[in-house]
Amino acid sequence: MSEAASIPILTPKDFATDQEVRWCPGCGDYSILAQVQKIMPGLGIARENIVIISGIGCSSRFPYYMNTYGMHSIHGRATAVASGLKAARPDLSVWIVTGDGDGLSIGGNHTIHLLRRNFDVNIMLFNNQIYGLTKGQYSPTSEEQKVTKSTPYGSIDHPFNPLALALGADATFVARTMDRDPKHLQESLVRSHQHKGSSFLEIYQNCNIFNDAAFEPFTEKATKPDNTLFLEQGKPLIFGAQRNKGIKLDGFKPVIVDLGDGAGADDLWIHDERDSNKAQLLVRMFDDPRIDGHLPRPFGVFYETDRPCYEEMMELQLQEVIQSKGAGNLDKLLRGHETWTIS
Amino acid sequence: MSRKEEVLQDVVIKFAGDSGDGMQLTGSQFTNNTALLGIDLATFPDFPAEIRAPQGTLPGVSGYQLRFSSDRIFTPGDECDVLVAMNAAALKTNLKTLKKGGKIIANTDGFDTKNLRLANYPDGINPLEDGSLGNYEVIKMDVTKMTREALKDITMGTKEKDRAKNMFVLGFLYFMYNRDMESTLHFFKEKFGKKADILESNTRALQAGYNFGDTTETFTTTFRVEKAKMEPGVYRSIMGNQALAYGLIAASQKSGLPLFLGSYPITPASDVLHELSRHKAFGVKTFQAEDEIAAITSAIGASYGGLLGVTTTSGPGMALKAEAMGLAVMMEIPLLICDIQRGGPSTGLPTKTEQSDLLQAYYGRNGECPMPIVSASTPSDCFGAVYEAVRIAIQHMTPVIFLSDGYIANGAEPWRFPKSEDLPSIEIKFKTDLGHGEDKFQPYLRDEKLVRPWAIPGTAGLEHRIGGLEKQNITGNVSYDPDNHQLMVKIRQEKVEKIAEYIPEQKLDSGPATGKLLVLGWGSTYGAIKSAVAEMQEEGFEVSHAHLRHLRPFPRNLGDLLKSFDQVLIPEINNGQLIKIIRDQYFVDAKAYNKIMGVPITKTELVMKLKELLAPAS
Ligand code: SF4
Repeated sequence: MSEAASIPILTPKDFATDQEVRWCPGCGDYSILAQVQKIMPGLGIARENIVIISGIGCSSRFPYYMNTYGMHSIHGRATAVASGLKAARPDLSVWIVTGDGDGLSIGGNHTIHLLRRNFDVNIMLFNNQIYGLTKGQYSPTSEEQKVTKSTPYGSIDHPFNPLALALGADATFVARTMDRDPKHLQESLVRSHQHKGSSFLEIYQNCNIFNDAAFEPFTEKATKPDNTLFLEQGKPLIFGAQRNKGIKLDGFKPVIVDLGDGAGADDLWIHDERDSNKAQLLVRMFDDPRIDGHLPRPFGVFYETDRPCYEEMMELQLQEVIQSKGAGNLDKLLRGHETWTIS
Repeated sequence: MSRKEEVLQDVVIKFAGDSGDGMQLTGSQFTNNTALLGIDLATFPDFPAEIRAPQGTLPGVSGYQLRFSSDRIFTPGDECDVLVAMNAAALKTNLKTLKKGGKIIANTDGFDTKNLRLANYPDGINPLEDGSLGNYEVIKMDVTKMTREALKDITMGTKEKDRAKNMFVLGFLYFMYNRDMESTLHFFKEKFGKKADILESNTRALQAGYNFGDTTETFTTTFRVEKAKMEPGVYRSIMGNQALAYGLIAASQKSGLPLFLGSYPITPASDVLHELSRHKAFGVKTFQAEDEIAAITSAIGASYGGLLGVTTTSGPGMALKAEAMGLAVMMEIPLLICDIQRGGPSTGLPTKTEQSDLLQAYYGRNGECPMPIVSASTPSDCFGAVYEAVRIAIQHMTPVIFLSDGYIANGAEPWRFPKSEDLPSIEIKFKTDLGHGEDKFQPYLRDEKLVRPWAIPGTAGLEHRIGGLEKQNITGNVSYDPDNHQLMVKIRQEKVEKIAEYIPEQKLDSGPATGKLLVLGWGSTYGAIKSAVAEMQEEGFEVSHAHLRHLRPFPRNLGDLLKSFDQVLIPEINNGQLIKIIRDQYFVDAKAYNKIMGVPITKTELVMKLKELLAPAS
């Protein structure tokens, strides 16, 4: 019988704690918390087997609001703590909450190494393109020229493209979603969970205090259809308010085609999550939406592949050694190969 | 030919050569052979700073010092009786440590014009020829030539043949000290079994070296050192880092907590990672992390999950781990941080020893952040000391720092290893459910030791959140309340201080319980202090020795002990660190003896210092 059978039926409420949620009113974090609490009961995992690990930043308060096991660790290290926990306890469902500063700046090193090792954990990277908790400095995903408290003359830093970075680190699951699209967010969370291996889910999250409307072109009703492209497995890349625009490949270059202009859906790029080459092009569809003729920003699962997970291989190696050499005998170890006796 | 055998009590041999000459292997083979005869011994490998310094140069010299004796000994010796010099640079670097009248076994091939120049001897000067070594007994042999000769029917390149040179020398020493070569022949079979030509070349070189001594008439005397009078029992030879790894495995086995090591390679700690990686049969999980911070935070993750989380490092890595140690202090979870100290600051002297991380271990974190500290005093003591450190971590729910250093990490000594059944048990109590009358889990509700419950993920009904923000007393909820913060700082401090009630009182290693002078040491100075104090006592001086294992908290009787002596001397391989803490905590006007040269304190210099304190020149 599956584990699910023995678990009492839970509701989102069962995942809430008695702690007062302390994000600024209107913060995108609220929606993300709500969607996580919504999908959790459906995952079939007992509450005690779920652990949420965060670093430091606004988003990293998350564990306090989830009635599971949780750790609010130190800045940038959630991914490293989670690596150790998952290696130690492969039976647990481990979720990492991090942000653009936490996961890509101070903790960038751990993020890429976790991805290459492919621990079976879920990373939720709340990207708000700003440092919120420290009150408004630019982050490694802030756009060039951004004026913030620490860049009064505009930022001269070139930003990261988080999904390209994840793919570059050989992540086995790469996806993007947004706080303002609860349904898509829920689906993306479930997909992250279903993926066996490290899931890297970037969540566009509005910081209405220090970086309001950073993602407006993608999230607002009026502009969303023309600026976003929702990926569906096996379906052509189509977008636009009238669903009349598509993407086709001109060699290696994605170009926008007008479906009204006689271009058939057959010419269009068909999304295949398992195609690593196409994934490279997809993550690079990262145009600034303010530029004329920009490509739409894709959302959904860009890429998924199967690769053995670190913790499983670690266990396997242990078992293989025990099989071939027998379980360790402490007295034999202490004795070693050569001894002498003094009488 | 008549040959006599002379019985010696105590011998110090220094094997010195280019780092490519295999001196560490030669030394450790001779050590093993010595150990198996029941002779007491102590070793001190002296690695070059560079992995591959240019061949033949002074920085490229690698040394291995072995002292063996029919008496109990506690240091590898201040001066050598025999210096094996594979080249001119080895002679030049090590001559100052050779006793007057000592023997030099010199490989003449290593003293050709090129080698002499690389060792910075002036043009035309060869110390083997110019009479400058008149105070020593020089045994010259062309090791290179004789090794090649011995291997002439083996088809292998000259370069490969020359690799067996060290075994020729080893064979010669086996002759000199009347040894059976079986242990090394056995080692060859284990190590080179699959490579027939290498097995053959090493075996032949070893035998050729032995035969060279045996058939050359000039060597009229061989030497023997008798078994030492050690406590009866079964012994083996052990190195510090190895003992540390075994101590961790033993603690894991006895506590039933699987061991997780998060580590990043760093000299001189890497051997612990190497050793533990080999013992998967004990369920040991080793994780070579991407950096020092991930090494400790992954261990924190493992501890949080209910394993025995350990990280190993040296000074620079300790600095990087500081913030994460604070997290473990705040979360009050068991964790072990092993610091194998080396010369600092910064990258400092990676291959040289120092005791200069004590203040870092005590104070090197942000905030009020007390952590217990346990230290090892000899290579084999690493076993018991780390076992004790794990016990404290688990039973007091706290991260613990274990201090060792490069000297004991790489040094070897005989070890009367314990039986697993004789090791003290380490009991663990995970909290598994809500107790009577508890309607909600209180993660920071404490017992009489001030220890909070350990509830690990997977335990239904005890779901809770912890982290680095200040905790509300009892509930563990985030709290910024001023009174609560003061209370929690005090509780965390008291919790660590309370450990003093659960560790043994400080004992004297030797000497009267009150008197003129107490020498107080910690860590790797043990052997030097013990030997110096013994010598003083034999000469009739009144002096005592106490050696600390527990550095935080100190044993509860330490204050009284210190006050029972007119003077207290604290020798350390640093600029005075324990002394600051002792003065601070006990208001004792202790005197310092500091050596900061990257090498251990010698018995001789310490005896001089003790005499200065006890019998001031009038
Ligand atoms: S500062 Fe921004 S990110 Fe932080 S809680 Fe407020 S709105 Fe949210």
